[in-house]
Amino acid sequence: MKPAPFKYVAASSLDHALSLKSEYGDDARFLAGGQSLIPTMNFRLARPSVLIDINGLKDLAGVDRSDTAYIRVGALTRYRDLERDGDFLRCCPLFADALPHIAHPQIRNRGTIGGNLSHADPASELPALAVAMRARMRIKSSTRQRDVPASEFFMGLLTTDIGSDEMLVEIAYPAMAPRTGTCFQEVARRRGDFALAGVAAVVTLDEVRRCTEIRLALCGVGETPVDASAAGAHLIGTDCNDEAIGAVAAEVQDMIYPSGNVHATPDYQRHIAGVLARRTLSAAFQRAGHGV
Amino acid sequence: MASDRHDIEVSVNGTTYRRDTDSRTLLSDFLRHELRLAGTHVGCEHGVCGACTILLDGVAVRSCLMLAVQANGHELSTIEGLAGKGNALNPIQQAMHEHHGLQCGYCTPGILMTMTAFLKENPSPSEDDVREALSGNICRCTGYQNIVDAMMAAAEALRTAAS
Repeated sequence: MKPAPFKYVAASSLDHALSLKSEYGDDARFLAGGQSLIPTMNFRLARPSVLIDINGLKDLAGVDRSDTAYIRVGALTRYRDLERDGDFLRCCPLFADALPHIAHPQIRNRGTIGGNLSHADPASELPALAVAMRARMRIKSSTRQRDVPASEFFMGLLTTDIGSDEMLVEIAYPAMAPRTGTCFQEVARRRGDFALAGVAAVVTLDEVRRCTEIRLALCGVGETPVDASAAGAHLIGTDCNDEAIGAVAAEVQDMIYPSGNVHATPDYQRHIAGVLARRTLSAAFQRAGHGV
Repeated sequence: MASDRHDIEVSVNGTTYRRDTDSRTLLSDFLRHELRLAGTHVGCEHGVCGACTILLDGVAVRSCLMLAVQANGHELSTIEGLAGKGNALNPIQQAMHEHHGLQCGYCTPGILMTMTAFLKENPSPSEDDVREALSGNICRCTGYQNIVDAMMAAAEALRTAAS
C-alpha cells in the first residue's frame, strides 16, 4: 500500500512540464489532483518512474468566459472550485447536477477536471458530460497544440487520444443555445460510489417548444462514455411527449452493452440506463421549456 | 532505483518543520513517522475511508492521497491542533464527547478535521448537509446518528461563540 520508488519533479512552467514529458514519455505521469493516480500507485497498479507535479502551474486552473462561444476550463481546475462557481454552473448546468456525485467532498477538494478526463474512467460522470456537451479538448506538447472533439478523445477503457509527450491543458464547452435544458442523473449503490449507470441529457427547443436538438450520453455502461444521441432522433420536431420519450429510452437500452460487475448485472444496468434516460430527458425538456 | 530525496518545509498547526523526505513518502506517513504526529490515522490508504483527512491550507484532503513532498511550503492542520490551552476540548470535540459521537475513535480525527472545515464554510447546516459532508468518512461503530447530532450541536455552539 505504498508507491514504488519514482523520481519527483515539480514543474516550474507548462513548457518545463511538457519538455519533461517529451523526455521521459510513457515512463512519466503528470500529477494533478492525484485522486486516481496516487491510489493506483499505492496499490502498485501504476509504477511510473517519474512524476511531474503540475500543481504549481496556476495558469492551468480557472474558468475563462471571455469567449462568447465557449466556456474554457483549465485542466488544473479542481471540482471544488467548479462547485462553488455560480456563474460557471449557470452556463454549464449539467455540472451542477453531476459534480455532487463525484466521490466525496475531500476528493473533490483535490481532484481536477483535466485529471478526470485524462484518466478516462468509463464510470466517471465528466467524460459523459464532455460527450453530451460536445466539448473540445485542447492537447499540447512541446512542439504542437491540437483540439480534439470529445467524441474522438475517449478511445477505450482508461485510454484517450493524448500522446506520450502531450498534456490535456483545457476543455472548451460550447455555450448553450437559447431554450436549452439539461439534466444528469445516476444510480450508485452508495453515495460517492462509481455509477452503475448515469445519463446526461441536453434538449434544445424552438420558439413553439418543438425539439430541435437532443444530446444523450451515458457513463458506466461501456468502456468509454456512450453517445446515445441517435436514439433521440425521433424527438426532433416533436413536442417531446411522454410516449416519445419512453420510446427513446427503450432505444437507448438497445444501444448499450454494459458488462455488469459485483454490484449489478448487465440487465440491471440496462434497466437503470433506460429509466434514467426517460427521467433526464423529461427533466431536460421541462427545464428547456422554462426558457421559451 | 536510488532513493529520490527532497528537502521540504511544512507548517503543521502553526509549527514549522524542515525535513528531508523520500518522494514516495505519503503525507500521512510523513506526519506519523517523521513528525511523530500520530493523531492522523491511516485506514485504507486509497482514499475511501477518510481516517487520514487533514486540512491543507484550510481545505479538507486525504493525506494518504498526497505525497509529503507536495506539502512543501503549505500549511497543514491536524487533530493535534484542535484542542485549546491545557488540552481543553474545542466546541466540535466537546459536542462529539457529549453526544457519544465516537466509540473506538479510529475514524474520529478524520471526522473532526472534515467537520472543522465544513462548519467554518457552513455555519448553519441542515442535517442533510451534515450527512453529505460526512459521506467521505467511514465509521463502523456509531451508525453516524450520534455524529450528526454532535455536529448540529457543535454548529450551534460555534454560532453562539461567534455572536
